[in-house]
Amino acid sequence: MDSQPEPFAMPSSTDVAWCPGCGNHMLLKAVRGALEELRIKPENLVMVSGIGQAAKAPQYLKVNMFNGLHGRALPAALGIKLANRNLTVVVESGDGDLYGEGGNHFLHAIRRNFDVAIIAHNNMIYGLTKGQASPTSQRCMKTPVQVGGVLLEPFNPLAVALALDAPFVARAFAGNIEQTRAIIAEAIRFKGCAVIDVFQPCVVFNKLNTWQWFREHTCELPEDHDLSDRIMAMQQAFRSDKFPLGIFYRNDKRETYEELAGIGESPLFRQPPTSDEAFRAMLDAFR
Amino acid sequence: MIFEGAAGQGIQTITSLLLPVLRKSGHHVFSCMEYMSRIRGGSNSTEIRVTGKPRRAYVSRIDLLLALTPLAYERLHGRLHERTLIFAEKQTFGEHWDERCIDTPLGRFATEAGGAVYSNVSAVGVVLAVLGIPLERCVAYLREQFVGKGEEVVAHNIKAAQLGYEFGLALPAERRPKFPEPATELRDDSLMMDGTSALGIGAIAAGCNFICSYPMSPGTGVLTFLAARAKNFGIVVDQAEDEIAAINAGLGASYAGALAMVTSSGGGFDLMQEGMSLAGMIETPIVVHIGQRPGPATGLPTRTEQGDLDLALHAGHGEFARAIFAPGTLGEAIDAMQRAFAAAQRYQIPVIVLSDQYLLDAVSTIHVDEIERLPVKPDIVETGQDYKRYAFTEDGLSPRGVPGFGAGIVRVDSDEHDEEGVITESFEMRQQMMDKRLQRLEALRREALRPTVIGDPREAKIIVVAWGSNRGVLEEALERLDDRRFAGVHYAQVWPLAPNTAELLGEGRKKIVVIENNALWQFANLLHRETGIAAFRRILKATGEPFSVEEILAKLTEVTHG
Repeated sequence: MDSQPEPFAMPSSTDVAWCPGCGNHMLLKAVRGALEELRIKPENLVMVSGIGQAAKAPQYLKVNMFNGLHGRALPAALGIKLANRNLTVVVESGDGDLYGEGGNHFLHAIRRNFDVAIIAHNNMIYGLTKGQASPTSQRCMKTPVQVGGVLLEPFNPLAVALALDAPFVARAFAGNIEQTRAIIAEAIRFKGCAVIDVFQPCVVFNKLNTWQWFREHTCELPEDHDLSDRIMAMQQAFRSDKFPLGIFYRNDKRETYEELAGIGESPLFRQPPTSDEAFRAMLDAFR
Repeated sequence: MIFEGAAGQGIQTITSLLLPVLRKSGHHVFSCMEYMSRIRGGSNSTEIRVTGKPRRAYVSRIDLLLALTPLAYERLHGRLHERTLIFAEKQTFGEHWDERCIDTPLGRFATEAGGAVYSNVSAVGVVLAVLGIPLERCVAYLREQFVGKGEEVVAHNIKAAQLGYEFGLALPAERRPKFPEPATELRDDSLMMDGTSALGIGAIAAGCNFICSYPMSPGTGVLTFLAARAKNFGIVVDQAEDEIAAINAGLGASYAGALAMVTSSGGGFDLMQEGMSLAGMIETPIVVHIGQRPGPATGLPTRTEQGDLDLALHAGHGEFARAIFAPGTLGEAIDAMQRAFAAAQRYQIPVIVLSDQYLLDAVSTIHVDEIERLPVKPDIVETGQDYKRYAFTEDGLSPRGVPGFGAGIVRVDSDEHDEEGVITESFEMRQQMMDKRLQRLEALRREALRPTVIGDPREAKIIVVAWGSNRGVLEEALERLDDRRFAGVHYAQVWPLAPNTAELLGEGRKKIVVIENNALWQFANLLHRETGIAAFRRILKATGEPFSVEEILAKLTEVTHG
């Protein structure tokens, strides 16, 4: 596989369902670049997604894919990882999917800290359902449902992830493809639950958060930012003047759920059937 | 015999001490319980039936009542008869005291033995004495049960049992219940367990190695059964944040090659419906246990009902194949769980095992030779470079690959997809995929489990049909009725229905009586829809209690008169 120049490329005839100019195209390039850099064998990687335009990303990569239900990428990813911990598991979905419909799973995936990289496409709007507010929409943005403007403060995924002690927390911007690729590669390499919130515009429905808006409202983390300092990371996550990009926080010491639960190296599909001896011994307890 | 007490008074300890002692003394036992949804207080009761031959049904008649709370009379008086022996403390039982009652100072015995907590063990002593079972048989169990709490606690328990036993021995002979003779042949190779354990044993027999669930009574027991044995059998056990997560994690694990199941009750299963639909679309095996309890909504959390058949039949949007088992005995529970895993693997579908609180909590015995292991094979292939997860085949079943096993990639999608799992909006492909997914229904119908037949339906004029947990009550009522005009048919698989159903039920020429624990005759409806045969009489109950043998007997007698 490694010898092929583009091991993750789908046939050129693949029908891509994204709009021209959509941030998803750039993000797909960044993900592919990261996978190539890591030299992962496509057959040992599973990409898991929910529903939405972002969630179609695994359709456009030649990898194992579980494109499940809206909001449910993380539980499916957990099941896959627990059944075969040798697989590299990457979750890729949108802000509505991961932070809205799947909000509870987001909390508990981080609490468990199973080994997964979560790539959240954050375009601050619902694109596929034609332009309603998402959990991350900015206040006052008008939509066909929020006709007087969004009433609620946006969900802050990084602050929530940090509060739950996610051991790898980052933000990227699809317009900065090189940095995005590097962060994704690092997140996949990381052992534990890595959260990357990726800014990207929805060029059709979000007239507020455009390519230009993201360029103007993002910045780099301060030079003296200490990756190991969770409080400092939280301060950066709470910033409202500008949205910093980069890896906010990293903790290599937190044990993964697989380690804590004692999940064996051998995948469950290789497990031999229950032996008659063990079965009969279990029955003896009921005599 | 009924043992009544508040939650926390140790009624379960009484049962767990008495059942093995009774069984080792050569008796056949059946036990079931009813309890309130609370941690302390209230009034719970356990029924222990001691019989001359194996029985697995609940009777309402009470011959011996041991009551620890004043609520006992109010809750159970309708089931007492003229000669019921009532063991209680006079001050607790109060105004209902009559000549059937025996003032039993359990509180005083307990205090003498070391504290109020021992009154339940004194009660065990009393019962052993009136049943004529030597106390020594119980001492070993007391030691086993309490040794972890120290020698002092063991000594207190033994003292409490002795005080009760001496009291019982001193009672005059007419104050002892008539009791069936112990079975002549003591069968050491019989096992005693509840329905929950039987389902758990079935899952382990099938090789289940993944369970992810959110606790909900009465389905939780299967989760704890497997958790307790997880290390021995290499089972991954995960407590999910909610039922939606549970079934999606189960499907993720199954996609990666695990033999996965989830367990819940109707309310939790409501949340799993999208997962049922997903399993249907991505053709991924999953076994779902639903322990039914009365709904709607929270309903009666600790009671029983068969109200979720329609839910199980229709759960999940869209059209896809499924199978539903509904065991009625310990043997059928062990069997159903294995069949469920086998069918899920073979047909790449979701399979439901539908039980209820009554079946799950009822304790009875099963001979070890009746436990059969069925072959359950994870139907997995090693993939090649050009592997297609949804390749078209003659029978609609594509060889199932899993990620990380072979050179191919495995792509599943909840959107309509082509052979490779690529999203499609082609109407032709949609039609082909629908046909592919539904084609397996034919085989599922063909292989559906044949119902158990009681008596001779060809000779009978009235055929009594039951499903799930009502097998025991059906069998015993028909036996007591002893009338050749009646025959019984019991379904342990309720979807698809066995292909011989219409023939078995006389093609509409017989009177069909359907027994079910619900109000809207869900199974009778299903029978009608599938065979065109309508029920002549429906015997329904949705109070939260199981049917008693007497109740069914009375209703069947009415049928002959009507």
